[in-house]
Amino acid sequence: MPDLRKWGIGSIEALLILVIAAMVVGLGATTSTFLTLPNLFDLLNQSAVNIIFAAGLLVVLIAGGIDISFAVGASVVQYLSALTVMRLGGGDWALGFLVAAGFGCLLGAINATIIYHFRIVSIVVTIATFNVFFGGLMFLTGGVSIYDLPDWWMNRVSLVSFKTSSGVAELALPVAVMAVMVVATWFLLRRTTIGRQLYAMGDNPEAARRVGVNMGAMHYVAFGWLGMMAGIAGLMQAHYVQEVVPNALYGRELDVLAAVVLGGARLGGGRGTILGAILGVLLTAITANGLNLLGISPYAFKMIIGAIILIAITLSSDGLAKLVGSRFTLPRAKVSS
Amino acid sequence: MKNSSPDRSVRSVVPLVQADVVGLLGFLAMVIVAMSFASDRFLTTGTFVSVAFQLPELGLFTLAMLMPLISGGFNLAVTFTANIAGLAMAWVLHSQGGADAGAGAIVLGTCAALATGAAAGWIMGAIIARTGASPILVSLSMMIFLRGLGEFLTHGGDISGFPPFVLKLGNGLMLGVPVPLWIFAGCAALWHVVMTRSRLGFATRMIGSNSEATRYSGIDTRRAVTRIYMLSGLMCGVAGVVMLASFNSVRVGHGEAFLLIAVLACFLGRVDPFGGFGRVVPVVIALVILQVIASGLNLLGANQHLATALWGVFLLAVMFLRWAWARGYFQSLVRRRATATGGVTQ
Repeated sequence: MPDLRKWGIGSIEALLILVIAAMVVGLGATTSTFLTLPNLFDLLNQSAVNIIFAAGLLVVLIAGGIDISFAVGASVVQYLSALTVMRLGGGDWALGFLVAAGFGCLLGAINATIIYHFRIVSIVVTIATFNVFFGGLMFLTGGVSIYDLPDWWMNRVSLVSFKTSSGVAELALPVAVMAVMVVATWFLLRRTTIGRQLYAMGDNPEAARRVGVNMGAMHYVAFGWLGMMAGIAGLMQAHYVQEVVPNALYGRELDVLAAVVLGGARLGGGRGTILGAILGVLLTAITANGLNLLGISPYAFKMIIGAIILIAITLSSDGLAKLVGSRFTLPRAKVSS
Repeated sequence: MKNSSPDRSVRSVVPLVQADVVGLLGFLAMVIVAMSFASDRFLTTGTFVSVAFQLPELGLFTLAMLMPLISGGFNLAVTFTANIAGLAMAWVLHSQGGADAGAGAIVLGTCAALATGAAAGWIMGAIIARTGASPILVSLSMMIFLRGLGEFLTHGGDISGFPPFVLKLGNGLMLGVPVPLWIFAGCAALWHVVMTRSRLGFATRMIGSNSEATRYSGIDTRRAVTRIYMLSGLMCGVAGVVMLASFNSVRVGHGEAFLLIAVLACFLGRVDPFGGFGRVVPVVIALVILQVIASGLNLLGANQHLATALWGVFLLAVMFLRWAWARGYFQSLVRRRATATGGVTQ
């Protein structure tokens, strides 16, 4: 296996930018609607929630874990937040963010506790919590949606809005929240000691532990951060569609995971950038949007995304990447048989 | 003399072959007793017939999951590989006359299903082996791809209209035992032989323990990993045929819920989550336990979503118990047993 490590982080992003640019040019040339402000702004509005999810998931992936429970966790947070703010007599945005982030952190902390204290592989834990969250939510709510959210939550907030020849172009609140969350995650990963420790833990947990990284705290930071992001993304998603549907986010985790991995994050930890994650989400969003505008069956979309990721893995995967968790195995005396 | 291993790590309980099987059988008995107290309709032949008919599907998925898990990997694509394999068979049957298709078409369709499953598994295995990418990631993207492919081909609908013999294959009895159960028993026996008697089985366990050391000791790990996933895909193909036959239809997404239970069965059956250890016999007993619980929950009229949540809780509970075991909360018990058996064999 040739050493592909020199094929560094920057080049994955450069490649993604090239692909996205090529797609934008191609779609701009073949369709009349793609390169219009309303369409581009809509694309951004719709991707905002996924980008917030992606920022959170990236932190967990960098720390060497994986989480597939965050999307249904966000549904649980939506429901709990809606019930809480209504119990507290309405509330406002500040309370909404506080409650959603708090419940999100709590769910993340549950995952972190099970993974760290009981030494269970994170994929197994999150498969289990995925089912507990989703099954529990559907059972306890009976699948009933909440439509009568407080006004502050439901009312559309538009940041930028102007008329163009092809309709009204509008940037909604989720985009601003997304920007804040992305900057916060970038700051955490790139400008704090905690961020360095997360990368260290993902790259080589044993070395990080010996250097003195507090492994337990890092687990709580990573999964808590993802939980918080998921909670806020859930808040934004409910704001955008103006209702809380218990199974609305079911299945979203795979889309986000696929996009983040496409953006260069490595399962097994230690690698990934926030820019790559955003580009990954944008690439999948533009693919979906483009296929839609080109009139290709929406059924083909997932197939194409799956194929893109498989090809991306085959072409660019790090030859030295280990099986997840294989480095945790203890050396054992082999019994000759 | 295997028991005289000097390895004092907790995993030295592994040689106690009989103990874990006996433990699982005891657990099975406990579950049956608990279920028959919970519902007076439980201890009837009807229940056990339904267990016998439903076990094979879950069982085939579990077997498909088993080898990748022992090799330290994962195969998240099992259910959708089975769906696609079922679609391949349905396509062959339909192109050969639908409900009037003859025996040749059924054989051809079965071969097509097995080949499709094996091909999907082979692609996964080749990518994992050649690039060293995480099996979770590769099987996940394979799952997304296969689900998309299936939805694209069927547009989310059912495909039915198969010859009556196919229905008999899925719902008939042979010597008083459901045909799918025969198929499952055959596959489980085959897997047992592969895992205990073949080079590949040995390589699978060694790769799960330490992939690099295995490679340095002269085993072609790339070929082995490719074959592990190909066999896993092949087993998904069998599951696809059995699902097609027993439901008399194919739908993409069918059997999705089995993924969790299949993982659960492997871990309950004492497969090491980090790879390297695991045997077929305890996993099959674990399967029977889970299927009895599933049928019991069904009989008690538990809500489907509640059942989903309970499976998740149950998986966590099993992992907690394993953790407690590994931490030595039962260590005094183990030590007593270990010395006892050690004394006997020596």
